[in-house]
Amino acid sequence: MSSLHVSNVRKAYGSTEILKEINIDVEDGDFLVLVGPSGCGKSTLLSLIAGLDTLSGGEIRIGNDKVNDLHPSERDIAMVFQSYALYPNMSVGQNISFGLEMRKVSKPEREKAVKDAARLLQIEHLLDRRPGQLSGGQRQRVAMGRALVRHPKIFLFDEPLSNLDAKLRVDMRTEIKKLHQRLGATIVYVTHDQIEAMTLATRIAVMKGGALQQLGTPAEVYNTPANTFVATFMGSPSMNLIPARIERSNGAMHLLVGEGQKAIDLVLPPQPAAVERYIGKKVIAGLRPEAIGVENERATSTLRTVPVTINVLEPTGPDTLAVLDLGGMEVSARLGADMPHASGERCELRVDLSKLVLFDADTEVRIH
Amino acid sequence: MATKTWDSPQMVVGKHNYVSRIVIYSMLAIAAVVYLVPLLVMLLTSFKPLPEVYSGNILALPHQWTLEAWEKAWGSACVGLECSGVKGFFWNSFRMVFSAVAISTLLGALNGYVLTKWRFKGDNTLFGLILFGCFIPFQIVLIPMASFLGKVGLAQSISGLVFVHVVYGLCFTTLYFRNYYIAFPDELVKAAMIDGARFFRIFFRILLPNSVPIITVTVIWQFTNIWNDFLFGASFTTGSSAPITVALNNIVNTSTGVKEYNVNMATAMIAALPTLLVYVIGGRYFVRGLMAGSVKG
Amino acid sequence: MLLHNRAHAATTLDDLNNSSGQSPTRKRSTFRNRFEAVLPKIVLSPTLIITLIFVYGFIAWTTVLSFTRSRAFANFHWAGLLQYGRVWEHPRWHVAIVNLGIYASLYVVLCMAIGLGLAILLDQRIRAEGGLRALFLYPMALSFIVTGTAWKWILNPGLGLTKLFHDWGWTSFQFDWIINDDMAIYTVVIAAVWQASGFVMAMFLAGLRGIDQEQIKAASIDGARMPSIYRRVIIPQLRPVFVSAFVILVHLAVKSYELVIALTGAGPGYSTELPSTFMYSFTFTRNELGMGAASAVMMLCTVAAIMVPYLYSEMRPRRKSGGH
Repeated sequence: MSSLHVSNVRKAYGSTEILKEINIDVEDGDFLVLVGPSGCGKSTLLSLIAGLDTLSGGEIRIGNDKVNDLHPSERDIAMVFQSYALYPNMSVGQNISFGLEMRKVSKPEREKAVKDAARLLQIEHLLDRRPGQLSGGQRQRVAMGRALVRHPKIFLFDEPLSNLDAKLRVDMRTEIKKLHQRLGATIVYVTHDQIEAMTLATRIAVMKGGALQQLGTPAEVYNTPANTFVATFMGSPSMNLIPARIERSNGAMHLLVGEGQKAIDLVLPPQPAAVERYIGKKVIAGLRPEAIGVENERATSTLRTVPVTINVLEPTGPDTLAVLDLGGMEVSARLGADMPHASGERCELRVDLSKLVLFDADTEVRIH
Repeated sequence: MATKTWDSPQMVVGKHNYVSRIVIYSMLAIAAVVYLVPLLVMLLTSFKPLPEVYSGNILALPHQWTLEAWEKAWGSACVGLECSGVKGFFWNSFRMVFSAVAISTLLGALNGYVLTKWRFKGDNTLFGLILFGCFIPFQIVLIPMASFLGKVGLAQSISGLVFVHVVYGLCFTTLYFRNYYIAFPDELVKAAMIDGARFFRIFFRILLPNSVPIITVTVIWQFTNIWNDFLFGASFTTGSSAPITVALNNIVNTSTGVKEYNVNMATAMIAALPTLLVYVIGGRYFVRGLMAGSVKG
Repeated sequence: MLLHNRAHAATTLDDLNNSSGQSPTRKRSTFRNRFEAVLPKIVLSPTLIITLIFVYGFIAWTTVLSFTRSRAFANFHWAGLLQYGRVWEHPRWHVAIVNLGIYASLYVVLCMAIGLGLAILLDQRIRAEGGLRALFLYPMALSFIVTGTAWKWILNPGLGLTKLFHDWGWTSFQFDWIINDDMAIYTVVIAAVWQASGFVMAMFLAGLRGIDQEQIKAASIDGARMPSIYRRVIIPQLRPVFVSAFVILVHLAVKSYELVIALTGAGPGYSTELPSTFMYSFTFTRNELGMGAASAVMMLCTVAAIMVPYLYSEMRPRRKSGGH
């Protein structure tokens, strides 16, 4: 296993910049997830790490070695593809051992390695079958087996679960997580699904338009998003972004949400110094749905009560998603499954301001 | 080609007219007869002794079924000054086709592989340049080619003919493989690269084994076209190195003495049987080849 | 620390995978990588060179030849359009051009009509569809020489169709087109259409099968009857097939050489002369290389005039087809 260092990496096709100065450092044993909407450059970055494409600038190091000029087979990496890319003309066993065969590993060693990988992934009974005879989930495991058997320094996954149905996706996600825990492997994983990112990663790199938006742990990315894009991309339903203003009165800082008559005045808990620069200015207030309608009995210093009108209620089973009118703005809230309110009702809900995130209204960057 | 879920417009609309079915089937039957007759005539005539050919008519069944015309065609008919039948020419064609098909198919496969999996700047233009060769009337190259073959000592030889067929077959084989490999998943090539396979290993271990359909189409197409060719054969070979199509034309069009139509027909059948056989066995692929050449790239 | 499976692996694997910063391996690998970057071009080059020389080079050579005084041997004295003039003045060329016009137009029209007709018939959920389709296509598997030979026999003035109908009772039947100066060209049409219409049928059948059934249902709900549905909904959508078939058929017609030679030998006399036979006989039999080259160039131009625009429009990126 090894660390990975992406330094000032750029990629351009002709005059189009696909990747702009990406800097990411991954430690040995980390599970890095590259996440973002389609076209953000995450797959391109993965191709560059793999060596399937060439850099336009910057450097990639695996461990201590600069790998820019190395062929994919020389980088000691293994990759699992979205379409699994299993060789149709070979059996499962041959598929798994192909990489070893290319590296001239002796037959008995190959067979042992294949058996070990197959046992780990519970596909021993499939070794003589052809890929065409397997189900999606089985093919996925074979693809992972092919990667595992080479004991590479880094595992690369390119949206491996996208072709599976929802239930299978959840199961395989857990399998991959277990595998990571068991092997302590260094993994770089690409997905457009933010739930996969949150559940699997030890570090998340959120990308958009070829640029790195934020690099951090799942908690960091979720609770302290670097900008409004990250805030809305991660989490479903997405974070509410509410136009507001910061005012100071009576020695305390206030947040004015909404316009005119319906505006709501909330007294802010102690804020970092940077917020003071925004007194009198417009900001964007970010509040996740689960921070609205808090049921907590303990009255803590960060809870505030706000009047809302309930527009729509969507029971999901474990909870109820609500669309509310808050100070003239439409926000979503995550309420309890047994909440006592009805659609159209006017009531009061509690919001937890310790979860509040403030963004500059112009740059959309978090104020900190 | 007909899938179970296909409904003809008639069925879709729901009308199922008894009279119209009869009309349709009759027209198809007539067409079927028209298409069959030439083959039937060739066969019937070839099995008749010569007097019957003159006394009977083209669709009359032989009173006396005989193989004498076939034997004569194969072993003793006169082609030019030689009177030892067409067997020599049949084997000429066979040897020529074998090498020409093998070489042009292999090169076409490599070309298709390069053009689709190892892209570089201008590769589409190069492909267009190669493709153009499929569309030229071959009369435009006859004169210089005759001259060239003479200069390199390949005139009047089967090897020369093999060379010509490879050169002018490359555009088709490249077209077929290029179109096939374009649809071949790039990820398989990438996976193989990561596994440590390089240019030729990927070709021989991953691409070729999964190319059986297109190899079949290409081989059938090339075989049919090269075996059936006459223009190149007539232009670049004479005498004993000629292919069977040239021999056939020679036999049929020499106007000495009594015309032995039964021998002519038997010769025609001998010339036609290999490609007909290939058609019967691999018809599905034959059609694919025809369509692939006509559908845009 | 987490469990490392690697510890179980044989050390040989580790050795193989060890690539931490040693220069010799790095140097070897860069050379290998650079070589591999060039390899595709190396592999493609034989075909490219062959195409450049034997297609484009030879076309150029023949074209140059057509502007020289060459007769029995290549002779590079510039002659301007002399050879072209000689070709155009020659009566056989006039016959050839007229014949090509008649032959090509009939060939294209009949093949398309018969091909479309057969395709529509076969599209009606016929029982023996597979067998019939195979039957209509088998002529394409035959050499033109075989086809010409067979039809020459069938159309034999004394022993062919004529005798057949006489034997069957129609004693006044007469079919001697093949030896008739004016009608012989039509025998070539008959044989050629017989050979190629199956191919056109296959193209139309594939096109028919690609038409969206929903449109047919919609038209029928709108009150249209079958013939109208074919005429107004289905056939217009086959336009790409018409275009492809047209291009291919014209191309085949211009190249037609073998069929004519086998069927009529360009005769009687030279009444079934075509540009292709003209070219061949003047080049190889009459030792007029310059004229042969000129006729070949003109054949190429005719084909190019159709193929180039067609190929160009096919290779261009598709524009979105708006409704109209």
